[in-house]
Amino acid sequence: MSYLKSLVRTPWFWGAVGIVLLLALNTFKDPNYLAIGVNPTTGLLSGNILDILRVSAPIIMIALGMTFVIATSGIDLSVGSVMAVGGAVAMETLSTLNAPASPGAMFAAIALAVLLGAVLGAVNGFLVAVIGLQPFISTLVMMLAGRGIARVITGGQNTNATNAPFRELANGQVLGLPLSFVLAIVIVVLIALVMRRTALGLMIESIGINPQASRMAGIRPRPILITVYTLSAALAAIGGLFTVSEVMTVDVSGTGYQMELDAILAVVIGGTSLAGGKFSILGSTIGALLIATLNKTVIFLGVSSAATPAFKAIVIIVLVLLQSERIREMLLGRRSRRDMTIPPVTNPATRTEEAVA
Amino acid sequence: MTDPTPLAEVRNVSITFPGVKALDDVSFRLLPGEVHALMGENGAGKSTLIKALTGVYRIDSGAILVGGAQQHFTSTASAQAAGISTVYQEVNLCTNLSIGENVMLGHEVRGWAGINWRRTHAEARRVLGGMGLGHLDPRAPLSSISIALQQLVAISRAMVTESKVLILDEPTSSLDAQEVATLFDVIRRLRDSGVAILFVSHFLDQIYAISDRITVLRNGQFVGEYLTTELDRTQLISKMIGKDLESLRALGSNRQVAERDRTAVPVMSADNIGRKGALAPTDIDIHRGEVVGFAGLLGSGRTELARLLFGADRADTGTVRVDGKKVVIASPRAGLAKGIAYATENRRDDGIIGDLSIRENIMLAVQAQRGWLKRVPAREVDRLVATYMERFSVRPNDPDRPIRLLSGGNQQKVLLGRWLATEPELLLLDEPTRGIDVGTKADIQETVAELAEGGMSVVFISSELEEVVRLSERIVILKDREKVGEVVNGPDVTAESIVSIIAGTSEGESA
Repeated sequence: MSYLKSLVRTPWFWGAVGIVLLLALNTFKDPNYLAIGVNPTTGLLSGNILDILRVSAPIIMIALGMTFVIATSGIDLSVGSVMAVGGAVAMETLSTLNAPASPGAMFAAIALAVLLGAVLGAVNGFLVAVIGLQPFISTLVMMLAGRGIARVITGGQNTNATNAPFRELANGQVLGLPLSFVLAIVIVVLIALVMRRTALGLMIESIGINPQASRMAGIRPRPILITVYTLSAALAAIGGLFTVSEVMTVDVSGTGYQMELDAILAVVIGGTSLAGGKFSILGSTIGALLIATLNKTVIFLGVSSAATPAFKAIVIIVLVLLQSERIREMLLGRRSRRDMTIPPVTNPATRTEEAVA
Repeated sequence: MTDPTPLAEVRNVSITFPGVKALDDVSFRLLPGEVHALMGENGAGKSTLIKALTGVYRIDSGAILVGGAQQHFTSTASAQAAGISTVYQEVNLCTNLSIGENVMLGHEVRGWAGINWRRTHAEARRVLGGMGLGHLDPRAPLSSISIALQQLVAISRAMVTESKVLILDEPTSSLDAQEVATLFDVIRRLRDSGVAILFVSHFLDQIYAISDRITVLRNGQFVGEYLTTELDRTQLISKMIGKDLESLRALGSNRQVAERDRTAVPVMSADNIGRKGALAPTDIDIHRGEVVGFAGLLGSGRTELARLLFGADRADTGTVRVDGKKVVIASPRAGLAKGIAYATENRRDDGIIGDLSIRENIMLAVQAQRGWLKRVPAREVDRLVATYMERFSVRPNDPDRPIRLLSGGNQQKVLLGRWLATEPELLLLDEPTRGIDVGTKADIQETVAELAEGGMSVVFISSELEEVVRLSERIVILKDREKVGEVVNGPDVTAESIVSIIAGTSEGESA
């Protein structure tokens, strides 16, 4: 019982419930929704679930980077554009090298894309940490500039290329799972290890909660902020690679379009507060999976494209409301002891503790 | 003598939080035209009682009566509607609005086309005038006046609703003596007009200066209600902490002032250190194992000097030597690297990281010193956390609890642990005993003495001159952002002699 209680309080719980409900809804419409088949020509598995996992990979990447930016109480609006930049660099590199079977060309494309992404992120970080611009403004500028850079790279074309190894990123499978999804999870685990095994995660949270006190405790915020924005953009570039490898074309105006909003939603659903502070990597990953499930569900249910944003909005608002302790207490008819009007400064240790993943 | 009907009364109230009985059968009454002090250590239940009275918390049993009629508060708004107004420790005003807007917020005078600002400001001026604040321009931005005046504006705001009951929760904690005097004038004026005032403060002098009656709480229980004239300080303190005060007294009288060789190389020596707008160029030497007191009023430059020594602010004149070597300390990080630690007077903004646990808050500075790559090993963290939580008996004894849930005194203990964990050579303590209870105060004073005996140099800053005199070997006196004197402590140095130094160097203005 108390285990169940603490599970309900876990920030990502309602995201997971949302995924299950959406899948149940789809299965209700088509009992074969969850079925997994084998494609006779390629020998690969296919099915709706695998589709969802594949399209979730880029969202997981940008949500992961966004988690740390938001934890420092910043925001990164440029991730969608940086995805386009990453995709453009990769496609342009591959079409220039014109080596359809070369793994070397693939590695070159990946390296250049991630490198340019990281540079753009470092610029964001510099504007925020050194110049002191607001994150919203700095990354808004980069969001506009990013699309322009992508266009310059491809000369305004929607460049396509042929490279079998690169195409495998999104279309290949490992143990029956989409390769891009497996790579995304590996990256999530690696970064989670870096965050929690070093003190980087702690310092990010500390800066997000109280930057002034963190400085007084001897933490230098600048290198940490620059690291966080650089990481976010590098991950966005990887997300761009996953996206373009699906169709081997970069759409300079469409790739990653408005994906920054998906990333922010995934982070919020995952339980990281937009005010900064404690972050949950697992939560953001589940949030990203939910967004992917939602995107696929909208198509599957045949929701008219005009109504799609409204449908998404309703699902998300319900989730966010369920996460709010206040709403839950209201629904359960319990009275609230929470002090809503006064900042908790001199309050003795009497308040119920919030669960933090 | 028969007492008149109380304006507000709390009768046998209990409030239970998960695992804690915050208030246990507590009664409290506020008579018209009196200042009633609510006293108790941190965690005694003062805040909880105030929050019950202002509708923030709901009571489990007992009754709250206002003007003799039972009330069931469901929100702060319902308490305000019943005529209870509150001014909290931290000023809750909007600094970007004008003074008048703040005073009248929610009670603006409305005309046929929305708010009539001219009349609203005129009304604000009338209310301010009634408080003896007629010299303030209601149209000036709130941020243009001092914190003390803002506090008074907050009280004016409470008076707009014509409240009969006014709760002042630690209104004086950020005021200097002059400002306290102004505040007390206003309080007396309100009291004489029949308002019942609940006053909470940690400063005993102020309690005796302003209150007519004292109610003491301890551990959520009612200890007693007394007339201020019938309860002397020693009695009051022993009722608050539930034991006699021999230990506290012993500390002051027995502290031996060692003969110190001041020709040795100082741990820290600053020449002409200063910063425009903060501190006039000042010299200071601090020797090993010495406790140096910084005495002065709020705003005298005592905090500014400590911040320059630590590197929290950058000095724009002067040179600093640590152990005889010339250094530049341009950031807190650089200060830490040179073995300097600074425990801030502003715990909320510069000290605690609210959502992080006690454990993380204690180890934060040590971790920052090592950089983010080298995480402090778990075993070392556990050892440090156990050491300092035990040494200061931090309550609750649960290192995983977020620090924001702790009382002010316990937060202070955790922060002291944070700085001691860095094993500094020089510890700068800025108002370490402000806003905390008597027991913790004695703990901290004792710790300072122990640390100095162990060879650490300590700078001790406090508004309470008695405390500075009791602990320090040498006292640096500041006034108006300038060092005005320095005395070696001895039998003839008292709080009074320090005050006279401060007073003597001004143009006829005394503290």
